[in-house]
Amino acid sequence: MLAGINPFAGEIRPGPGLGEPAGSHTVNSLDWGVMPDGAGLPQGSGTAGQGKVIYEKFCISCHGPGGFGDSGDQLAGAQMQLTDEWPEKTIGNYWPYAPTLFDFIRRSKPMMQPGSLTDSEVYALTAYLLYLNEIIAEDQEMNAETLADVKMPNRDGFIQVLN
Amino acid sequence: MIGKNKSVPFSSVAGNGLLDRRLFLKSGLVMGTAQLVAGNAHAARREESVRPDWMNVPGKPFTPYGQPAQYEDDVVRYPSPNRQLRNSGASWTPLHRLEGIITPNGLHYERHHNGVPQIDPAGHQLLVHGLVRQPLLFSIDKLLRYPLQSQVCFVECGGNSNAGWNKTPSQAEAGYFHGLVSCSEWTGVPLATVLAEAGIDKTAKWLIADGADAFAMNISIPVEKAMDDAILALYQNGERLRPENGYPLRLILPGWEGVLNVKWLRALKATEKPIMARNETARYTELLPSGQARMFTFTMEAKSLITSPSGGMVLKQGPGLYQLSGLSWSGRGRIKQVDVSADGGKTWAPAELQAPVLPKAFTRFRIPWQWDGTPSVLKSRAVDETGYVQPEREQLIAAQGRHGFYHYNAIVTWSVDEDGSVTHVYTAESNQSDNNVDIDAGWD
Repeated sequence: MLAGINPFAGEIRPGPGLGEPAGSHTVNSLDWGVMPDGAGLPQGSGTAGQGKVIYEKFCISCHGPGGFGDSGDQLAGAQMQLTDEWPEKTIGNYWPYAPTLFDFIRRSKPMMQPGSLTDSEVYALTAYLLYLNEIIAEDQEMNAETLADVKMPNRDGFIQVLN
Repeated sequence: MIGKNKSVPFSSVAGNGLLDRRLFLKSGLVMGTAQLVAGNAHAARREESVRPDWMNVPGKPFTPYGQPAQYEDDVVRYPSPNRQLRNSGASWTPLHRLEGIITPNGLHYERHHNGVPQIDPAGHQLLVHGLVRQPLLFSIDKLLRYPLQSQVCFVECGGNSNAGWNKTPSQAEAGYFHGLVSCSEWTGVPLATVLAEAGIDKTAKWLIADGADAFAMNISIPVEKAMDDAILALYQNGERLRPENGYPLRLILPGWEGVLNVKWLRALKATEKPIMARNETARYTELLPSGQARMFTFTMEAKSLITSPSGGMVLKQGPGLYQLSGLSWSGRGRIKQVDVSADGGKTWAPAELQAPVLPKAFTRFRIPWQWDGTPSVLKSRAVDETGYVQPEREQLIAAQGRHGFYHYNAIVTWSVDEDGSVTHVYTAESNQSDNNVDIDAGWD
């Protein structure tokens, strides 16, 4: 792997060793990643009803009522499916993993105040989007356990090219 | 353009006036003609004893940071932001106004998901953690003390050229259609050095890269690539990175899809599995006609286009000798050959490749063309050192369908009409025009 095509002399160049050890507290405070199996999901919980209020405050201006899309992505309500003439890719028919919603919303949203939502608000928004896509019931609470258990309809819809 | 004399016995190498690529190097006749014209013009100026205005006054003083000539102020990026969020979207490199292989830093394409953060390097660190012996933090000042390495390579957005999927040929100028690609000399710390220092574990197969922009962009990268030729870039074309290209620290993965070259890099986490981030699942995946989608399509395959002349230009000086000039590149290594056709693909001739021909970098190609003033159809076709041949549009659509959105690398076809106007066309076989603009995703 390192020989031949490695332009850096074919071997790992030693550095001066200037990295400073980071303790677990530092690492945890900087690591917001949530894995597709739910690893990294925090405490907290929320429901679609709570999420609807947050959605209408922060998200509706770009994603439209009911997640039908506007200047931002269509999130739900695909009329055309993936093999149709004009496919509409939504959370419900395209996203393979539910915890990705939590990872993405917590780190990136809302666009004007990213990182401002509490973990429970992120769970609530996630629940609302899953409910809009008819993947969970309106009253089903999303938390670290239940979100990891949600199986998305398009889970097996991807070919890993890895090249 | 050098001369108009159609009777000059240039040797034709392919149909409709393509000439030997070495013509400009070996033909004293052509250059002699050009010098004669220049000589006459010079004599005329001396006779009139006129000094142009700028020779009659002292020039301007020094400038701390140089700018392009005022007469070049239309050579600019073309921003295409989101309709509501004006800091999100992309801006395009004016490839059709540039020559050589290096993109000026101020013209490098941009793709931002929530604007350009204004990062104070004193407050920025890189965390290397996960499956490592010792998690480590690196300040920018510390990284600057490491042995640096440089590589000239292109960075290309996975969504570059995606108007090509449309049924109607886009008439945007070449750079504003294909210019989500740029080429720079990137200088920084080999990522392998830093991963070795942290003691990356043998069980680690992926690195999750995390950016310090408002979007907190994250994405997964195979460890194998990280250990091969990845760079923690600090400099671009000799100066520190521009804010819009990741200042103070950017990941560079030569030849791989732009979104993986994470800007404003703040963390790398070694893991067994990918994180399945939004930008490697919902986006940057290519839907196939089967309804399945390709994911982890890392490499940008070979591509080329003629940049001069190109869409929107006019050969105002009429029939005569022109130099076709273009760009080619491949994420798999060096460009081996670029073939050019002036008769819509019936016959092809190899173009001259401008040295240096570097792996995973822009390669400039040129070939002389004697235009006889009749309607002509120009194409270029890249072949890389793996033998991969840039596909025709109908081949690409046959293989990938029409809703992949990303990784469009088909042959580009320019039509030159009788008055010299250049437009973008599809070949008859791939022309599916029904006046619908049908790209099925935006740039958020």
